Amino acid sequence: MAGAVRLLDQPEQQMHEAALIQRIRDGEHELFYELVRPYESRVYSAALAILRNQADAEDVAQEAVLKAFRHIRQFRAEARFSTWLIQIAVNEARMRRRREHTDLMEPIADRRDEEGNYTPRDFADWREIPSESLERKEIRQLLTSALGSLSEIYREVFVLRDMQHLSIEETAQALGISVAAVKTRLLRARLMLRDMLAPGLEGALNRSVSFGKGKKPW
Amino acid sequence: MVVNCEQVWREISNFLDDDLDPGLRSAMQEHFQECKRCTAVLEGTRNVVQLYGDERLLEVPLGFDHRLHRRLDESLYPTRRTFFGWMVAAAAAMVVAGGFEVARSLSPPRSGLRSAHAHPGHAVPPEMMVVLYPDGKTFHVAGCTYIHGKANLQAVTAREAEREGYVPCVRCLKKYLQETASVDYGSDAS
Repeated sequence: MAGAVRLLDQPEQQMHEAALIQRIRDGEHELFYELVRPYESRVYSAALAILRNQADAEDVAQEAVLKAFRHIRQFRAEARFSTWLIQIAVNEARMRRRREHTDLMEPIADRRDEEGNYTPRDFADWREIPSESLERKEIRQLLTSALGSLSEIYREVFVLRDMQHLSIEETAQALGISVAAVKTRLLRARLMLRDMLAPGLEGALNRSVSFGKGKKPW
Repeated sequence: MVVNCEQVWREISNFLDDDLDPGLRSAMQEHFQECKRCTAVLEGTRNVVQLYGDERLLEVPLGFDHRLHRRLDESLYPTRRTFFGWMVAAAAAMVVAGGFEVARSLSPPRSGLRSAHAHPGHAVPPEMMVVLYPDGKTFHVAGCTYIHGKANLQAVTAREAEREGYVPCVRCLKKYLQETASVDYGSDAS
């Protein structure tokens, strides 16, 4: 098997993590690095989805990882370690935001009609965008900027579900909301992003000029 | 079952997630065959999911993992900076300071690491071709997804990159960092 690299599937990954966690609890603290390494960027992006500030998100991500280490004995095996870790990051980020009152800057328009129907604004045909386009920094920035203009309740669901690939149930657990709320917000987030980016990134690049602070295209 | 456009929009996310009962799913599929507007919404939404699902959008700031590990080090090994450790560090600093001028006169200059948080590589094959950009701190294997700037990329040997103070990328050249890290952690864990 020397030299062969095989990715672990989910049950194998969980068993591997469960063994690591037990050894960390037994005192092999250095194994914690191995446990968290695959999830470091996810912890950061979860914090960034809430705080929208890189420095704060990095600080919160560090706090979350440290907290996970300190409370590793409280982890229960019925959840995935990654979900638990992200849940800690979400809670830390929300506490930070409350403490610093940054939620006052959050647009509230989308909260108002959360339960209402959402009608797409743009019916233009959008051809598939090749993934190679993500090599371009301005394309990544455009996508990040569009995501940043969503309200937090949509942004956090979208980030966990569509960017971190958590299941609907795991997203609900990490955010402390119902499965139905996850589905509603996810639908809204996807359609709003589509409206912003359709009929293609070329057009969106031009239109993004008008996405000023507090100004939304829908 | 027949569905109208509004019902389709309401369920389009569940359709993409394959989270619908078979009857509704097949009704939506029939609707898409007839309705160009809903097909455009479906394709656009699918594009959104695919684009944002790419891991390149989960970028972390440069040096993020080093800073995180350093903070973890401080928490996991609070006694690392013992008096003895400080004495060793002070002695080492004096040796380095004293030998600096001599070393500079005897060998071509080797700049320090370009980041205070960086971990130097271990046993990187010196003739291996790597890429870097002049304002960066790390060198990469061509095609690494952690390369942030494409415009000014330069191809050099690993020896040249290390001589200029660049360090191996934590993603594509991780194996040349892990050996260093395991020595650090292993010595403290014992």
